[in-house]
Amino acid sequence: MKQEAKLLLGLGAFFALLGIVYWVWSGENGGGIMIVAGGTLGFLPGSYYYWWSKRMPLRPEDDPNATRESGAGHIDAFPGTSIFPFVLGMGAFFTVLALVFGTWLLVPGIGLVVWAAIGGTAESRRGGAH
Amino acid sequence: MTTLAHEHDAASHDNHGEHGHAEHHGPRGILNWLTTTDHKIIGLSYTVTSVIMLVLGGALAEVIRGQLANPNGHLVSFSEYNQLFTMHGSIMIYLFAGPFAFGALANIIVPIQIGAPDMAFPRLNALSYWLYLSGAITMLLGFFTSEGAANFGWVAYTPLSDAVQAPGYGTDLWIGGLILTGFSAIFTGVNICATVFYLRAPGMTLFRMPIFTWNLLVVSILILLAFPVLTAGLVMLYADRHFGTHIYSVAGGGVPVLWQHIFWFWGHPEVYILALPFFGMVTEIIPVFSKKPVFGYKGMVFATITIAALSLGVWAHHMFTTGVVLLPFFSIMSLLIAVPTGIKLFNWIGTMWRGQIWFSTAMLMAIGFVVTFLIGGLTGVYLASPPLDFFTHDTYFVVAHFHSVVMALVLGGMAGLYYWGPKITGYLLNERIGKVQFWLLFIGTQLFTIPQYWLGLDGMPRRMAIYPNNPEWQNANTWSSVGALMIGVSTLLFVINIVVSWKKHPAGDNPWDGHTLEWFTTSPPPHHNFYRLPQIRSERPTWDHNHPEAKALGHGKDHQ
Repeated sequence: MKQEAKLLLGLGAFFALLGIVYWVWSGENGGGIMIVAGGTLGFLPGSYYYWWSKRMPLRPEDDPNATRESGAGHIDAFPGTSIFPFVLGMGAFFTVLALVFGTWLLVPGIGLVVWAAIGGTAESRRGGAH
Repeated sequence: MTTLAHEHDAASHDNHGEHGHAEHHGPRGILNWLTTTDHKIIGLSYTVTSVIMLVLGGALAEVIRGQLANPNGHLVSFSEYNQLFTMHGSIMIYLFAGPFAFGALANIIVPIQIGAPDMAFPRLNALSYWLYLSGAITMLLGFFTSEGAANFGWVAYTPLSDAVQAPGYGTDLWIGGLILTGFSAIFTGVNICATVFYLRAPGMTLFRMPIFTWNLLVVSILILLAFPVLTAGLVMLYADRHFGTHIYSVAGGGVPVLWQHIFWFWGHPEVYILALPFFGMVTEIIPVFSKKPVFGYKGMVFATITIAALSLGVWAHHMFTTGVVLLPFFSIMSLLIAVPTGIKLFNWIGTMWRGQIWFSTAMLMAIGFVVTFLIGGLTGVYLASPPLDFFTHDTYFVVAHFHSVVMALVLGGMAGLYYWGPKITGYLLNERIGKVQFWLLFIGTQLFTIPQYWLGLDGMPRRMAIYPNNPEWQNANTWSSVGALMIGVSTLLFVINIVVSWKKHPAGDNPWDGHTLEWFTTSPPPHHNFYRLPQIRSERPTWDHNHPEAKALGHGKDHQ
């Protein structure tokens, strides 16, 4: 946790510094805003990891002397198979095609997205296809 | 859903290697492809799709080189030529290089290298692939519209891409396709970050991760910084074209150069998003085939992070000639990137130094990468200097520079495919065809780019379908076209190699005496990757397990 926090906070600090130098020196707003916003992308998750690294014991993956046994037990739940990523992807596909070929394509587009949202959520709640 | 636990009872599971897939009963055939959430199958889909895009983009390149082999070429019309170079660039950058870099081999290898059973969000991973595939189809649909595909260059500078200059469906399809692939990239970035932060095996600390995984972690952070900017820019471009906004048009008080700022704020980090995964592949391959640990592990990690950090402050070196950017800032930042890149080059050489080098196809491709990337990188340093850039901007010098870089990435990608192909399929590729492919690809690349450097310095502008009838220029262009043809033949040889060696030479679990965790599991790996894990005590756990007599070494020490 601590190493991850250092990496993200370090990047955030660098971008904040870089953004301020650039913004003050050039007076150009677009790039200045984009770099400083990039800095917040380092600070937000970085401070979250830092906060947790102070409050939780060393994870086995952060412990250089961890044994294989220390990682035993529950990792996470992984879905075996699911059709809903495909359904959601096709929904997004039709939605984008609607931007080009006509608004009527929004009907299948949004329909598929809604189906995937309901189906995917229900799948997670009942524990997946497998 | 399958709930997984780390397996620690190694002995009782050793006999499972023979029937790796027996425990997973999913659907078969096309339904398996549509419903899978397995990172290896998704990664393989990414690999196949992006290699098809490489062949497609390469075919367009061959037509371009055919047109330019003659000063007054009549192979295509001017308008077709504009579509050709636009779609060649777009396919190669958006649909081949990016997805191949962070979607294909990364998707398969990163979870295995850190001992994870899958990506952190398997369904999001599948969604990434479907968005990539549908984005690619959307962009390519442009060829089938009446006005043809997008024709304003792959950078889509406004006002060339506005509703007046580019009214066709092809432009909107290009924008739509990029929005889809942009979201695909963002989701992949989220996924790889979460996987690396949360699913590492016990003992796999951040500073024991293989360099390839390190680079993909940094690339994922860069994706999250860069891609949302492009997607937002594209939405604004679409709004300018159809909803009457004036963000990029002078007429309504907008700023056309803002598009260039937004585009290159994505575009330059994108260069490193493309390059760093291939740096990582080569950093995995060179130590294995030199029989040494990587030289300067921490230096490599430091260089990767530094390149990524600096890459956010260099975008406007693409815009020096617009006259509205802060030249010294961008010049200094761009020149600084040569330092960490130099560290990497010296570390690769240092890894090979006094090693027992095995010149397999993968190693040859990796060395070819280092040489070609050195040429492309050094010419990039020239271009970072504004006086030189003013002279060479929009000439073939720039074209040659970035083709040296991206052809180096193709060499690196081929190295990765020869190195990890046996792990993914379980079968080795033919080494003899591979070596012929390497020499064709390597010599073809230099023959293709070096005349273009000279043409650029002599003043030949890029994106021209015809050029003055100057025998020297024609000569150089002809050599360049011959080089392009050799590259094309080498790509065909790769396809032939896959067909010829299909299921012929079983690879075994660890054909190269590899260092990292992917060589510990079976080839191909079972459904959730591992039956057992070794004790992880250094950055090369598989080597430590297979060579207990060699004492574990600290970072960066020679093996003697």
